[in-house]
Amino acid sequence: MYNFLSGGFTAYLYRDLLLSIRNKSDLVKPLIFFLLVAALVPLAIAPEAERLAELAPGIIWILAVLATLLSVEHLFSDDLNDGCLEQMLISPNMLILPILGKITAHWLVIGLPLTLLSPVIGLWFSLPSVALIPMILSLAIGTAVLSLIGAVGAALTLPRQGGVLLALLVMPLYMPVLIFGSATIQSAVDGLDWTAPLAMLAAFLAIAIALCPLAINAGLRLAKNG
Amino acid sequence: MAATNILKVENLAFERNDAVLFEPVSFHLSSGEALHIEGANGAGKTTFFQLMIDMLQPSAGRVYFRGQAFSECRYDYLCDILFIGHQSGVKAALSVEENLRWMSPDNTSSEQIASALQAVGLDHYAAIPCYRLSAGQHRRVALARLMTTDATLWYLDEPFAALDKQGIDFIEGCMQQHLSRGGAIVFSSHQDLVKIVARSYKLNPFREVI
Amino acid sequence: MNLNLQWTWFHRLGSPRWFYQKTQRWLPWLSLVMSVLLVTGLVWGLAFAPPDAKQGNSFRIIYVHVPASVVALAGYYIMAIAGAVGLIWRIKLAYMLMRSAAPIGAALTFIALVTGAIWGKPTWGAYWEWDARITSMLILLFLYLGVMALRHTYSSNEAADKASAILGLVGMVNVPIIYKSVDWWQTLHQPATIKFTGAPSMHPDMFMPLVVMILGFYLFYTVSLILFARAEILRREYRASWVKQLVTDNSAEK
Repeated sequence: MYNFLSGGFTAYLYRDLLLSIRNKSDLVKPLIFFLLVAALVPLAIAPEAERLAELAPGIIWILAVLATLLSVEHLFSDDLNDGCLEQMLISPNMLILPILGKITAHWLVIGLPLTLLSPVIGLWFSLPSVALIPMILSLAIGTAVLSLIGAVGAALTLPRQGGVLLALLVMPLYMPVLIFGSATIQSAVDGLDWTAPLAMLAAFLAIAIALCPLAINAGLRLAKNG
Repeated sequence: MAATNILKVENLAFERNDAVLFEPVSFHLSSGEALHIEGANGAGKTTFFQLMIDMLQPSAGRVYFRGQAFSECRYDYLCDILFIGHQSGVKAALSVEENLRWMSPDNTSSEQIASALQAVGLDHYAAIPCYRLSAGQHRRVALARLMTTDATLWYLDEPFAALDKQGIDFIEGCMQQHLSRGGAIVFSSHQDLVKIVARSYKLNPFREVI
Repeated sequence: MNLNLQWTWFHRLGSPRWFYQKTQRWLPWLSLVMSVLLVTGLVWGLAFAPPDAKQGNSFRIIYVHVPASVVALAGYYIMAIAGAVGLIWRIKLAYMLMRSAAPIGAALTFIALVTGAIWGKPTWGAYWEWDARITSMLILLFLYLGVMALRHTYSSNEAADKASAILGLVGMVNVPIIYKSVDWWQTLHQPATIKFTGAPSMHPDMFMPLVVMILGFYLFYTVSLILFARAEILRREYRASWVKQLVTDNSAEK
């Protein structure tokens, strides 16, 4: 395995996955949150299938946003607290690849399971089966974007962690993703072309992969100053 | 072995919150030499180390590594230094051996890892996850790096803190060995050293000239 | 650790003081022109412009609402660009301007939202509407608040400046994306609503006072920015000798 200086994408991906697997509770918490709040919605709104189906695309996406927000806070804070971030920053390379490796590990552990759980939520909300594939695809791509943008917020708020500032920073940036994500599912339900909003999500993903690591790199380097 | 010039620092200064921290620092360091950075608590020793590992950018001054300006050899410089600060850099969920391997150069053999663990007295703990270790053992995992590293220039910020006599002996032994092989060390310590002879440099608070 | 070090140090000593002294002379004139424009625009727009065919007199609030929105949005770009200048050329004055721009922009955004709500009630029957522009204004307010809140995360001024500048840039890239997304989302749900949108369809007698007000608001922004920046300079450079001199001069006058 590579060491902390030369380690690139795969090294950090592997290491973070290993850490997540060994800290099993961190894996499960956001998913349980996702399911719990989803179960609360019919109680708060209405158990009628038509009303739930109407709200389903938006609610599923809001749940995904909240679950990602909860989990993304810890992306760098452990590394800051035990000194690993300090050592990582000594590397002469820009930390683009290590950062992408960590975020990919985060997505594999949070975003992907969320995506795979979503058919259950779809079932609970009587989502028409025609919207199933679009929902899964939109969540698969969208949660990756959410992880990337969330990581920017996490990196900038690293010295003083406490969810609200992270949410404030990241919410405006999440809105376009939310709009196009739920629109993908809604379009499928309405029988319209759902590949168009999905393509926008994919475009967001491309931009996010290109730009977020730069902002995160800059933010991480400031963390020790705070 | 002829001593080569490894590090030269000229008028290094740093501001935080628009206030200059310490008097501009100037010194040079050759291979086989150790430099002891002294200063009262709060004088800026930790900040000085952060500047030297390029974690912070100085407000003024020049640094030369092996005769070259820092801006030209930044990559080689950062590849060739080792830094151990107040934090251990050890992941609690990983085992002792996994942590040491991560902190050691790519080509470190398993024998080297094993002998390093033996030297710090953790050879029986190789596969134990670090959250089961005591604070002192945690620190020793971090210090085992000193045996496997191939870096030329060492920056040690209070390496002896919270160590027992055995630990202090171990570090001094590593330092001695490193210096005899032509390496250089910059360190800070409240401890008096037994085996190492080091030059001192005192960080003075900055006095504003109006 | 770069070769421009001595020069950066010089810049630090030179620019905030230069700014403070230059603005000392310009400020009275700018304030005068600003006051003239604002008073003219307000009186013209509120009293003399003809009432709107459909909305009667309630449309007059646009003389505050539109300039506030325009300058709030422009202000975000000014803030982000100031931050970028500070990041790229490491000029402290740029960071100070960025820090000063944030609360002014946030206040203007808030004014735009409130006046928009006041306008909405008599015009469309509701205080709030999730249309593209209002929603984008709300998001802009969050972006401003985020930049303002971020500075408290960092104990070192230099790090806080850099973090705010990075956030400002990230927001700047996102403002067009957010606006377009919300716009698209709006058309998805309300395909054919005609609204009283913008200036071009206005009668020149209504339009001219609006232009005057927009100019007046830009000047108001400039004057506020200068005042806030001067305060920020004094706050940050309090150890410098020229600031100490100012304080003794001021207290001597009293």
